[in-house]
Amino acid sequence: MRPAAPALSPLQFRLTAAGVLAAVLPHLAHLPWLISGLVLALIALRWLQRGRGGKRLPAWVKLPLVLLFPVLIVLHYGNLFGREPGSALACAMLALKLLETENRRDARAAICFSAFVLMSALLFDTGLAITLVLCCVLVVLFAALRALESPRTQLAADVRTAAFALVGALPLAMCVFVFFPRLASPLWGAPSDTTARTGLGERMAPGTMQELLIDDSPAFRVVFDGTPPRRQDLYWRGPVLWYFDGSAWSRPEWLAAPRDDGEVRVLGPRIGYEVTLQPSARHWLLALDVPLGAPAGAVRGADMSLVSRARVDDPTRYRMVSAPAYELEPTLNPLHRRVALQLPPGFDPQARALAQRWHDEFNGNANLIIRAALDQFHEKFTYTLNAPLLGRNSVDDFLFDTQRGFCEHYASAFTFLMRAAGIPARVVTGYQGGYFNRLGAYWVVRQSDAHAWSEVWLEGHGWVRVDPTAAVSPQRVQIGAGAAAGASAPWYQARWLMEWRNRLDLVNQLWNDAIVQFNALRQQSLLTPFGINQADYPQLMAAMVLAASVLLGLFAWWVLRASPRAGDRLDSAYQLLRRKLARAGASPDATDGPLTLAARMALLLPGDAAVQRALAAYVGLRYACALPAPEQIRTFARSVRALRLPVAT
Amino acid sequence: MNTAASANAASFRTRLFEFAERRLPALTRYKRVEVLPIRLDRRRIYVLPTRFGLMLSALLLVMLLGALNYNNNPALLLTCLFAATAYQSVFAAFAALNRLQVNGLRAKPCHAGEMLELEFHFDIAARPRRSLHLHGEDARADFDLATGDGVCLRIPAPQRGWLRPGRLRLSSQYPFGLFEVWSWLNPDFAALVYPRRENHPPPLPRLAAHARQPADRGGDELATLREYQSGDPPRNIAWKASARRGELLVKEFERPRGGEVVLDYAAQRGLAHEARLSRLAAWVYLAEATRQPYRLLLPDALVEAGLGAEHRHACLRALALAPGGAP
Repeated sequence: MRPAAPALSPLQFRLTAAGVLAAVLPHLAHLPWLISGLVLALIALRWLQRGRGGKRLPAWVKLPLVLLFPVLIVLHYGNLFGREPGSALACAMLALKLLETENRRDARAAICFSAFVLMSALLFDTGLAITLVLCCVLVVLFAALRALESPRTQLAADVRTAAFALVGALPLAMCVFVFFPRLASPLWGAPSDTTARTGLGERMAPGTMQELLIDDSPAFRVVFDGTPPRRQDLYWRGPVLWYFDGSAWSRPEWLAAPRDDGEVRVLGPRIGYEVTLQPSARHWLLALDVPLGAPAGAVRGADMSLVSRARVDDPTRYRMVSAPAYELEPTLNPLHRRVALQLPPGFDPQARALAQRWHDEFNGNANLIIRAALDQFHEKFTYTLNAPLLGRNSVDDFLFDTQRGFCEHYASAFTFLMRAAGIPARVVTGYQGGYFNRLGAYWVVRQSDAHAWSEVWLEGHGWVRVDPTAAVSPQRVQIGAGAAAGASAPWYQARWLMEWRNRLDLVNQLWNDAIVQFNALRQQSLLTPFGINQADYPQLMAAMVLAASVLLGLFAWWVLRASPRAGDRLDSAYQLLRRKLARAGASPDATDGPLTLAARMALLLPGDAAVQRALAAYVGLRYACALPAPEQIRTFARSVRALRLPVAT
Repeated sequence: MNTAASANAASFRTRLFEFAERRLPALTRYKRVEVLPIRLDRRRIYVLPTRFGLMLSALLLVMLLGALNYNNNPALLLTCLFAATAYQSVFAAFAALNRLQVNGLRAKPCHAGEMLELEFHFDIAARPRRSLHLHGEDARADFDLATGDGVCLRIPAPQRGWLRPGRLRLSSQYPFGLFEVWSWLNPDFAALVYPRRENHPPPLPRLAAHARQPADRGGDELATLREYQSGDPPRNIAWKASARRGELLVKEFERPRGGEVVLDYAAQRGLAHEARLSRLAAWVYLAEATRQPYRLLLPDALVEAGLGAEHRHACLRALALAPGGAP
């Protein structure tokens, strides 16, 4: 029978537990609170229990927990497989593993599994910050491995060893990262992302965008070829909503079938630009109003919204050309007219009456009706992100009661009024504005720039954009939603903070560009400087092996180079001492030994004890012991370097 | 059944290794006896991944596949960093042994049945060495070397005579336990193992009939100092030492006045060969304790009468090397 493995020392256990905790922490954000709490509690309790000298827990404690977690996960997510339930299960199992970790084997398994859990955190967030943090967590894991390897180590020494090893491995890691052939298509099913990311939806009810308007994460970034349009002209077109059911606007299925038959007459210059869209888990692509054509892999619907065939799960980049001045659908398709005049029966009688009054008053003149509506908004309404809730007749409630709201409320109410007055109208959602990042010379459009406006169809002009929000709060279109909301702007949108966030955004953009979006296509062009335009797998592999060999060779040379022998180091320190003495006027001969020098220095500088001490120390190290300890030699060298002597005249 | 099978397997392994050593001297030449100092270099340092290293490789493969499949570059970067750190640790492991030198080997004689303390002296070539393990057949020492300190390996000494520590394995899994580097040390060294001491020996034999007179105390082998007793001749007083201690001390010389004890192998009738040697060894200590000079008579060796550490060693050595012991 094999002897029982020795139990972990307190340091070994604590480092292992720290590694486990660090691996679980990045997951807490998306785990259900019950599981987060249980996992943290388990780790904390185990830490305390082990700290008090507790031993392995009995099976009747562990077994119920092992069964409890899968049950909880199934109850919460519906199944055990997939990204979220899988990572929740992994976190739970890792915490349970810590419960039974008593010897080195267990601890090593726990550390390995921690690395895996750590990596899976990157499936949820691929940002620069999280990646950097996780790389730092690797220090903890390797420090734990170091401590597990030898029970005699110290925490500081473990961490130092691990940190040096990681830093030393960076070049090789980068080399492998760049050259390791990427898969052109996944081996098994791509992850299905079921979480609702904030982003534009296919439905819009007053109030649904509220969450979006306070989310400052970037939605997309844009680089213009030439001069960009003015900020207030930056209307980024997203889904167009036609159908109103009394509470929400949506895009009916049969219109969602993309048809590229929209008619556009370009009236002014064309603007070319490149958009890098952040993952949205949706199919929408954003483009400056109004897009001419669609990027590859996407289609432009009749209402000029762009729909990608593949869901946008990775950062996506595409080139677009848009025309800011246009005439859209000069002759209105009868089907479109019917949908653009649709109103749900039995809702909002007051608004209908008002629109009917305008229609009669202005004799059906669309321009006057629009003006009347905008004037009303301008006079009586307030722009705020804290809009009161609306009842069943949402448009009536908004128009005649609360009169406070943001873009959705205005776009919805305005479109409703237009339709009721007999003018074809529809709601367009998208983004408005953007921040110019001077450092990176690009525009970043954040989720908080989400916007909704209306389009009305006018005889002789086609679809014309009308932004009722601009009538209420012109600043919204000029400086952004948060600022326009005035006092309700959260503290984190202060100006100086925005400056910093712009800088940070540049770094994030570089990260996105260089790392996150690095794919098989860009990898193939890596070897272009060497005359290979489309590198295939064997060429990439060869390049990787070559580069890695060079790096490994350099690293091996650096690690294995002969460190100067202790004696040599002692000698060089002594030579330095001799040079200092020579400058002080001792004029040492090559044959003068340290004792001769000491005698001479005693005459030259009678009061200087430091010189005598240094010479005596050298004699002690060189002649009085067989092999001086490196620390002693270092101390001697340090004292020689610190020695200050008067220069002889 | 099981034990028989495992014994079979073990003997097969032994035979396989013996065959390998016969046929592939290049692989095993560094296992032969060598003269000190032994310097470890790349020709004689072997490296293999540990079981844990292999397990980690499997995990890395899974991580790599996952990251590639989901086309998740940050995850791939993390995996690459993890892997590069893990695999580059092989150099640190190698550096833990590289240029290490065994300068000296010492052992205090011990008795058969006790543990022999082998003391190794290393030259670390100005590089602290961590997590070294020295394995003998039944011995193991784990240590770090920050300086050229001695390292003690306790190996069992079952038999009297010369004990060769044999082939030792110096290994390390520094820094993360992913790779094991090792080298064989087979220094040309033998330690003396005295015979086993009888536990409760009978009293010493009577003094020899031809005991000498104590007149001969003028022997100049200084043995020890003791306190002055009235009647000690003044010329034996150690004046300098007395001045230092503040009381009178008297020099004791090697040949005290009593007669000598003869430890005779032939006189121990009725005992087996080894038991006789054990008894004689025990008596050596007894005679030393009572400070009676003793002489040792063995069938093929003779140690003249005497007292003191040197003499004791000479006697025990003669006993240790008596025929019938370890080669």
